[in-house]
Amino acid sequence: MYQLEKVTRVFDQRFSLMVDSLRVNKGDRLVLVGPSGSGKSTLLRLLNFLEPPTHGSITFEGVSYSREKMPPLEVTRRITTVFQSPLLLGMSVLENVCWGLKLRKIADPEEKSIAALALVGMASFAKKNVRSLSGGEAQRVALARAIVLSTDVLLLDEPTANLDPYNVSLIESIVKKLNEEKGTTILMVTHNVFQAHRLGTHAALILDGRIVEHGSVEKFFTKPEDTRTSAFTRGEMVY
Amino acid sequence: MTNDFAQIVTLTFYVSGSALLISALIGIPLGAWWGFHPFRGRKMTTALLYTGMGLPPVVVGLFVYLMLSRSGPVGGLNSPFLPRLFTPGAMILAQVIIAFPVVAGLTMAAVMGVSQAMRWQIMALGADRAQTIRAVLWEARRGVVLALVAGFGAIISEVGAVMLVGGNIAGKTRVLTTAIVLETRQGNFLFALQLGIALLIIAFIINFAVVLIQEKDGQG
Repeated sequence: MYQLEKVTRVFDQRFSLMVDSLRVNKGDRLVLVGPSGSGKSTLLRLLNFLEPPTHGSITFEGVSYSREKMPPLEVTRRITTVFQSPLLLGMSVLENVCWGLKLRKIADPEEKSIAALALVGMASFAKKNVRSLSGGEAQRVALARAIVLSTDVLLLDEPTANLDPYNVSLIESIVKKLNEEKGTTILMVTHNVFQAHRLGTHAALILDGRIVEHGSVEKFFTKPEDTRTSAFTRGEMVY
Repeated sequence: MTNDFAQIVTLTFYVSGSALLISALIGIPLGAWWGFHPFRGRKMTTALLYTGMGLPPVVVGLFVYLMLSRSGPVGGLNSPFLPRLFTPGAMILAQVIIAFPVVAGLTMAAVMGVSQAMRWQIMALGADRAQTIRAVLWEARRGVVLALVAGFGAIISEVGAVMLVGGNIAGKTRVLTTAIVLETRQGNFLFALQLGIALLIIAFIINFAVVLIQEKDGQG
């Protein structure tokens, strides 16, 4: 699905991210772990084509894109992101969930949105203004707003940070179901090693903007090649 | 007296309303564009806009007067697209110059106040460039409404520019502020006071309506 080659992203003349090579297959659930500021969120933004890479190319479904050639809207609309902060638009819950569907001129947006809200247990909040929601509720709405789009790729940037165990469990089960039933490719940033183990089919450790190790989740946690991965999975400080 | 009063209030609404409308039509899209796209010279543009917010109306009036007078660089052209001095058109032009920097500058600030993360989220939901700008403008709507209120406040209360370019001609270019000045000078304090109260009531009604709209928006 994705193939990254020599991708860099530079901010203020210093490297934020340098990925020599990364491959993500269709249907993977890749968890990205690493300390804050290591470049995980930057990588997600590049994969959603929200920002162009400074150098290198990102191949998506066999077509190579770069700073000079960013993908058209019909390609970027196959990908969406749920950020750590829910970032809901200043309108009702239902309008938020409908918004992306209306942009795509998809039929019956309200019906589909209510179904997505029901999936995250928020259907009864449809008419409410987003300002009245708690953090956990808002994050569930943000997830509903993303899954209703039925994109091929779902990028999740610490979607369960600051949530209570019930909401964490709910979001994890929805993400897993989405991947297993619809084949959605998932890339998820998390600080939680246990969550990475629970949720991922593949895992990658990012340190100082570089991917230290990337592989199947079993190998990543049981037989890591890099000592820093080993230390990170044991919960030791590696940064 | 009643006819005069109604005519003055009507002309005040016509002149300031038209000036605000024109300022909004130009200032909101430009302010949104400037706020949305980092461009070379944005700091200078911002500084110029902020300076423009403090333009003394009487200086604007003088500038427009000199431009539109027969011996001025524009007035001598006799263009049908340019207003003549001592007409409501000239007053509208002067008030547009006063209101534009306020509307554009505050719109720009409001748009810049929408976080980069929110812009990324809007794009990640599948918005194209135009849809993203519209959505960001929607998120900044409270600031944009405040920009309009501030712009209206700046022009409805100014007297220097409309006095200079309008001439305060009875039945033709007399608005609330110029009428207040005239009636006070003539010793008609009661009528001047009535006009002043009318001006305050207009300002209050408009601002109260804005507060109600914002409150309704907040409750959704």
